[in-house]
Amino acid sequence: MKSRRLRVFRFKRDGRGERFHEFDVPVGPTTTVLDALLWIKRHRDRSLAFRHSCLHASCGTCGVQLNGREVLACVTPLGERGGAATIEPLANLPVLTDLVVDQAELYARFYDVRPLVRSSERGAADAFTRYEDCLECGLCLSACPIAGSSDAYVGPAALAQAQRLLEEPRGAEQEEVLDWADRPDAAWRCHAAFECTQVCPGGVDPAARIMALRGALLRRGRGRARAPA
Amino acid sequence: MTTIRPQSDDGWGAARPRHDAHVLVIGGGGTGGALAHDLALRGLRVTLVERGELTSGTTGRHHGLLHSGARYAVNDRESAVECIEENAVLRRICPGSFEENDGLFVAVTEQDLEYLEPLLEGCAACGIPTQVLAPAEALALEPNLNPGLKVAVRVPDATVDAMRMPLRFFATACRNGARVYPFVEVTGLLVHDGAVGGAQVHDLVTGAEGGVGADVVVNAAGPWSGRIASMADIEVPIRPSPGVLLALRGRLCDMVVNRLHRSGDGDIVLPTRGLSVVGTSSWVVDDPDDLDVPEEHVRRMLEEGRKLIPAVEQAEPRAAWSAARPLIGSRTADTGRELSRTFKTFDHAEEDGVEGFVTITGGKGTTLRAMAELCADVVCRKLGLDEPCRTRDTVLLPHTAYYAA
Repeated sequence: MKSRRLRVFRFKRDGRGERFHEFDVPVGPTTTVLDALLWIKRHRDRSLAFRHSCLHASCGTCGVQLNGREVLACVTPLGERGGAATIEPLANLPVLTDLVVDQAELYARFYDVRPLVRSSERGAADAFTRYEDCLECGLCLSACPIAGSSDAYVGPAALAQAQRLLEEPRGAEQEEVLDWADRPDAAWRCHAAFECTQVCPGGVDPAARIMALRGALLRRGRGRARAPA
Repeated sequence: MTTIRPQSDDGWGAARPRHDAHVLVIGGGGTGGALAHDLALRGLRVTLVERGELTSGTTGRHHGLLHSGARYAVNDRESAVECIEENAVLRRICPGSFEENDGLFVAVTEQDLEYLEPLLEGCAACGIPTQVLAPAEALALEPNLNPGLKVAVRVPDATVDAMRMPLRFFATACRNGARVYPFVEVTGLLVHDGAVGGAQVHDLVTGAEGGVGADVVVNAAGPWSGRIASMADIEVPIRPSPGVLLALRGRLCDMVVNRLHRSGDGDIVLPTRGLSVVGTSSWVVDDPDDLDVPEEHVRRMLEEGRKLIPAVEQAEPRAAWSAARPLIGSRTADTGRELSRTFKTFDHAEEDGVEGFVTITGGKGTTLRAMAELCADVVCRKLGLDEPCRTRDTVLLPHTAYYAA
């Protein structure tokens, strides 16, 4: 088996600050980033903290940055070749410890407690339901250059959710959703970098939804608020 | 009392417990979460520790099936009855957490048809409603089914977000004063004079080590409960029994699609978000941290899964993983299939002469609330508290409330 060096971000609330620890990890063709972290925890350092739950890109808990790129650790192969790979926590959310970020800051940005279940697009024969695609993983927020420069910006996940509520209201008051989105720190803050769509593991395409949301706001014609020039 | 980090108010939250008794729950899976919620509703002080993220052991990895019980109706009726009862309770207390699309048991061979009558009889005996569908009726509901299917039986299966539904128990427990600490690992039990009085813990967030005192310690560590019990020199008959699951890109069905035959490898295909999950295999291990994903199991998932839904074969794989079931059984079990899916509470005072220590294990995601009720009854009896269970009718907070706690 081949070996890869991992540089892993470490932070404990012990007053010693942030640092990187290096580990040499055995890798095969299918070894994922999460496999490597689990190997380190089992064989090298039990104190390493990271999040994971479903192991199949459904729960969205295991987001990290691999060499500066947002990925779900559970479905991202580490690769057998290359130099040291750097693993860091997601950006734009507070780090609780090591690779663990505080998800509370992600949910605090949403318009509302999000409705998990919606109508299935396949449900012609029956009133079938399905879960929303958004995994609530925070990868889009981490990748967004605007969220990196403005804490007040609600970010791509929350805006994409607002647009979903316009597409399929499920009890949400459409005008209120539009009012919520029609603010300088909401729909108008996005600079269309499309980083969110590139990293989204659920196929939500947040950037396109933000653009659709802006279209809806323009059609409404109030335009109460605009981003500063 | 404890060195583990304080939560928001360094206390017991807005809901001050009515009783002084303090229960430490080890394990932040569905069982531990449901137990913390049950005990908090009964007015006890509850602290829960989990070595990783909540639901990171077995709970979050499960295929997301809310069982109707039909899978067990032929050979394991105790489990089947537990499932259909809890299926109804969970839909009531977790509104919005399920894709309520029902399930099908699909016969694809002549041999499968031999299982039809036993399945219908078993379901009837267990109170599980069934509807027999002709092939054309089943295909109208699920066009991707094997067009050669012989018959299908509709049952009230559903699918569930394996992490977010359990998180609702944690969210509600915290609102009612329970203290929940992920990333706190138990490194030992505090045992004096034949009684467990707490646990030694390592807080991965602060790096601190210390003790947590408790009147009763509950071992809800699932397949790891053998390891926790061994810290008090107690053996519990747990067989960690892993299974392989496979996630494919694309939503091949809306309903839960089961094979109409005895429980076997690759006998279920079900949707979750934009993925389809095929499960599962079964074997037994000694160490639940030592889970590989055998390639031949993945191949078998594809081979068997495509008999139910042929499009399984062309779908792009998204992930393959293993999860360890915490089955109750003897060391002679060799595949885990022969072991019951029911659950059991061990009061180690009765079983092993060790006071203050209870293990709850076995069971499955669908029965998490019932497991907690049984265990909380035992805990309250040990503490001399006459507090009824209130979880059957308490609607749970949304999963997002856990993070807002």
